[in-house]
Amino acid sequence: MQPDISVKHLNKIYGDGFQALKDVNLEIYPGEIFALLGPNGAGKTTLISIICGIVNKGDGEVKAAGHDIVKDYRKAREAIGLVPQELNTDSFETVWHAVSFSRGLFGKPPKPAHIEKVLKDLSLWDKRNNRIMSLSGGMKRRVMIAKALSHEPRILFLDEPTAGVDVELRRDMWEMVRKLRETGTTIILTTHYIEEAEEMADRIGVIRQGEIILVEDKDRLMSKLGKKELRLHLQNKLEKIPGELTLEPVELSDDGYQLIYTFDAQQQQAGVARLLRTLGDLGIEYRDLQTRESSLEEIFVGLVHE
Amino acid sequence: MNLYGVKAIYKFEMARMKRTVMQSVLSPVISTCLYFVVFGSAIGSRMGEIGGIDYGAYIIPGLVMLSLLMQSISNASFGIYMPKFSGTIYEVLSAPVSYFEIVLGYVGAAATKAVILGLIILATARLFVDYSVLHPFWMLSFLVLTSITFSLFGFIIGIWADGFEKLQIVPMMIVTPLVFLGGTFYSIDMLPDIWQTISLFNPVVYLISGFRWAFYGVADVHVAISVGMTLVFLALCMVAVWWIFKTGYRLRT
Repeated sequence: MQPDISVKHLNKIYGDGFQALKDVNLEIYPGEIFALLGPNGAGKTTLISIICGIVNKGDGEVKAAGHDIVKDYRKAREAIGLVPQELNTDSFETVWHAVSFSRGLFGKPPKPAHIEKVLKDLSLWDKRNNRIMSLSGGMKRRVMIAKALSHEPRILFLDEPTAGVDVELRRDMWEMVRKLRETGTTIILTTHYIEEAEEMADRIGVIRQGEIILVEDKDRLMSKLGKKELRLHLQNKLEKIPGELTLEPVELSDDGYQLIYTFDAQQQQAGVARLLRTLGDLGIEYRDLQTRESSLEEIFVGLVHE
Repeated sequence: MNLYGVKAIYKFEMARMKRTVMQSVLSPVISTCLYFVVFGSAIGSRMGEIGGIDYGAYIIPGLVMLSLLMQSISNASFGIYMPKFSGTIYEVLSAPVSYFEIVLGYVGAAATKAVILGLIILATARLFVDYSVLHPFWMLSFLVLTSITFSLFGFIIGIWADGFEKLQIVPMMIVTPLVFLGGTFYSIDMLPDIWQTISLFNPVVYLISGFRWAFYGVADVHVAISVGMTLVFLALCMVAVWWIFKTGYRLRT
C-alpha cells in the first residue's frame, strides 16, 4: 500500500544552526490514526510544518498523498488539512466566512452544503454568523478544525488539538476523529495528553531531540514495553520481605501492608502463581489483590528518558 | 492556476475594506477634502495660475496621488502584516497557492481599494474645484499603474515589518515628505536650479508630473519618462517580492 505520508532521510537545520530534525524516516498509511509523541522541542511541530509547507525543508524527501511537497506542492497541499497548535483565527470574521475562505484558498469551488455539514458536525452551526472573537477558546478550536476540514482533505494533521479544552470537548473531538477515520481520512496527531494517543491511535511514533526513536503499533508497543503490577494487600504487617520471596522482583510498601510484584506484560504469569504459592507456604495471608498495566504515558516517559 | 485561492484572498481583503470603511475610505476622503478647501478654495483663490491652470485645479493630481500612494502602501502592508501578526499566515503558506497567486490576491485587492478611493476623491474634488481630464485613458492608466506599484511596495513593507511602528515609518517618514516635495503644490520649475536637480531624484516627481499631464497636458518632465520611471519602480518591487518568496524572508524559516 502506498503511504499517504512518506518522509525519507529528512534533516532540518534552522538559520541559527539548531538541528531540529535528524535523518527522519516515517511512513503513515491511508486511514490510520498516527500519534506523534515527544517532549517539548523534540521536533514534532517542525516535522508537521515541513510536511504542510510552512517551514522550508532541509535535506531529504517528503511526499504527501504520493506527491513531492516541493516539486508537486499543489497536489500535495490539496490533500492536507492542518489544525495548528496555536489558536490563530481571524477575530473579525464570522465563522461561516472564515471556513468558506479556507475552502477557496485550497482551490475548491464553493460548496455550502459541505460547510454546513462540517459546522453541524462540530456544533458550530448556531454560531455560523458570530464573529470568531466572540467565541470561547473551545469554540475557536472547533473553528480551526472546521477550517482544516473545509476542503475535504484526505490527510488531517492535528497539532495538539485538545490543548486547553475541557473534558467534554475533548471527548467530542475524539468522537469526531473516529468518525473521520471511518470516512478514510488519515489522521496524524501530536498531543501532550498521552491518554489521548492511547485512546485513539493505531500507531505511535516517538520523537526525541529530532530523531524518531520508535514507530510501533500501539497495542504491540504496550504489550512489548508495558509492565504489569500485582499488588497484594496483606492481612498482617510484614517487617521485611521473607527470604523465600527474594527470587521474585517483589517490594514491600512503607507501611508493611502491601507486597508489590512487577513483571513484563508479555511474560507468562508463571511468576504470579509461584509467588502466591510461596505466600501460602509461608502462611502469609492477604485480604485483597489488584493488578494493573502500565499506561502509554509511563512507557513514553521511560522511552524519552532513556 | 488556483483561481479560487486568488479569489478567496481578494474577497477577504475587500471585505476588510467594508468592515473598516471609516478608516479606509471616509478618513482619507475627508483629509483630502480639507486640502481642497484650504489650498484649493481659500488660499488658491488668492494665488495665480501655474502653467495656465487655476491653482485649485493644479493641486488635484498631486493630492489624489498622495492619497493613492498612502492607501496603496497602507492597504497592502496591513493586508499581509495582519496574518503574520495574528498567526493566520500558516493557512496561506500551507495552501496550494503559488507566490504569484498570493501576490495577485493581496496586491490586487490593495490596488483595487486604492483605485476606488482615488476615484472617490476625484469625484469629491468636483464639489470644491472645477477641473478637467484631457487624457482620461492615461489618467486611469497612471491611477492603476501607481496603485499596483505602491501596493507591491506596501506588500514588501508588510513582510519586512516586525511591529506596527515599522508599518508606519515608511509611509509617514519617507512617502509623505517625498509627495510634498514632489510637486504636489507647485511646479518644480518654480524652484531654484539646484533644487530642481535634486527634485529629479525624487521618484514621486515623475508620478505626479505624469498624472498631472493626463489631466491638463502640462508636465514637469516628459510623460514618457514618467511612465518609464513608474515601470522601473514596479520592476524593482517585483524583483524584491520574487526574492522574498524565493528565500522565504520573514515568512518561512
